[in-house]
Amino acid sequence: MNPAAPSNRRMAVLYAALLVAGVLAPILFPGHTVQFAVFWIFVLFALTWDMMGGQMGYNSLGNILFFGVGMYVCAVAQISIVYDVAEYTAANGAIKVDFAPHQYFEGLALGLAWAGLIPVVVAAVLSWILFGLRGPYFAIGTLGVAIAAAELTNSWDYVGGGMGIAMPVYPGGPGSRERFFYVACMIIAILCFLTVRWVYRTRFSLAINAIRDDEDKAEALGLHTGRYKMVAWSISAFFLGIAGALFGNMTGFIEPIDTAFPTLTFGIFMVAMTLLGGKGTLWGPVIGATLFYALREVTWTYLLGWQYVVLGLLIIFNVVYFQQGIMGWLRARRPAWFGVRVEADRAHGTKAESGA
Amino acid sequence: MSETIIEVSGVSKAFGGVVANNKVSLRVARGGITGLIGPNGSGKTTLFNSIVGYHPIDQGSIRFEGREISRLSVAKIARLGMLRTFQQTRVFGKMDCIQNMLISLPHRQSGWRDMFKRYPLSLIERAERLLEFVGLYSKRRLLAGSLSFGQQRLLEFAMALMNEPKVLLLDEPTAGINPTLINALIERLKRANQDFGITLFVIEHNMRVIMNLADHIYCMSRGELLAEGPPASVQNDQRVIDAYLGAH
Repeated sequence: MNPAAPSNRRMAVLYAALLVAGVLAPILFPGHTVQFAVFWIFVLFALTWDMMGGQMGYNSLGNILFFGVGMYVCAVAQISIVYDVAEYTAANGAIKVDFAPHQYFEGLALGLAWAGLIPVVVAAVLSWILFGLRGPYFAIGTLGVAIAAAELTNSWDYVGGGMGIAMPVYPGGPGSRERFFYVACMIIAILCFLTVRWVYRTRFSLAINAIRDDEDKAEALGLHTGRYKMVAWSISAFFLGIAGALFGNMTGFIEPIDTAFPTLTFGIFMVAMTLLGGKGTLWGPVIGATLFYALREVTWTYLLGWQYVVLGLLIIFNVVYFQQGIMGWLRARRPAWFGVRVEADRAHGTKAESGA
Repeated sequence: MSETIIEVSGVSKAFGGVVANNKVSLRVARGGITGLIGPNGSGKTTLFNSIVGYHPIDQGSIRFEGREISRLSVAKIARLGMLRTFQQTRVFGKMDCIQNMLISLPHRQSGWRDMFKRYPLSLIERAERLLEFVGLYSKRRLLAGSLSFGQQRLLEFAMALMNEPKVLLLDEPTAGINPTLINALIERLKRANQDFGITLFVIEHNMRVIMNLADHIYCMSRGELLAEGPPASVQNDQRVIDAYLGAH
């Protein structure tokens, strides 16, 4: 393998340390449990966005679509096992349904299953339409789809329209809901990381990298480009859908514009985080998400009112002066860490044989 | 003439009012090296693009191993075993040479489940052997985009060999390459033809190269086929000389 890369042992220590930090964080700072859960969702956002934007070269501005679809699909599935959805939403929260613990968790399990499945179907269908577009046209096309989804949901009475849906109440004592969803968010983010890591070690990663570098050339070599693009987007959609479902339940109340399809906040954050960390790498999105999350927390706490100005400046600085991101910068400084190096020719006399 | 592998009959292609190919018919023999020459703008690259399915043709038929392919997509034609290299060299710039080679493996039988396979060591070794064959072995862990133009050409050629095509269509393989590398490239093209049994169909501007390389040559001029035959006879054909010197 690559002798200059960190050894397996060191990586194991790193993973263990991160896991311990993840478990300890809500125990040490119980008041911030929901915020920590949002951190894991950010990691998931950046990882799934980078698979498309960084590794495959398709900059989607509408990935938030799957987050919202997952959120709403889950809500409808959860409610529908004990109540009529239209009646429930029409009452604007006046109907208080008491979900027994087993009903709640059965509904949540069912909801999560649908929240994984439906976004994948949506991604597969959209990929037939949108992957005909390339470059900026794809970005704008996906953004349009996400905004349209928000507006459609906003005027769809069955799911409560702009009034939103009050989610089923978590059956447990104070603080238990936050802890439960924190753990769930952490697990799905880790699963997402492991999936992405595994995918990047298979042929799939070379195929989507080839699509990024020169899609026409990849086609000329006979690569099934459409198939790879569809699967990459579906993997993103699956994790985003589940994240949406968990986020909706953790928040307790969902509505289309600001919670389910927030194209201007979460939808842009996922791009900004990836660019900051360095796109097209495994760790770049994770590092970017961490820094971005930290910065967001600091600005929200100390610069309230100016937080979007600060984030905007960060994005401008990032795009104009630091396009390669942290991992890209590191790669340029220390190419050998990433396996880029000149090798010795083979010892046995191949020069003469190859006639060079 | 031996067995025909590509049969182009009566192919026409126009872009707006410009007729790039007018009823072109030619045959490429299996196992040989066929050349395609002609002055700039005579429609050679258009014909290549038509053959590999890059754009639809207006009329005529293109057959590959007896099968009509003029309506198939680029990727499908590539999977049948007909590959082209580009006039402007195209490699995957942000991937290293080994990765460029591995992604070039034939995709003929690749199914949905193959997407998540890993590359066995034997394939990596084959990629290394082919990089060695074109003289890029020591550069195998460098990003393809950092190679010189001539080296990228060689890499693209090695990638084409990795794909194990039946026919390789080369669009000006020696353009922009320094004379020393040209000789090495000609020699490797010949070896690819003889040792790997790949049929070659080559567009070439450099007359010395094509006369040296091809066993049968077609000459195009102004979108039409002008002459054909063995190198010696085409070289001395008065129409060909006139076309190149602009006597038309």
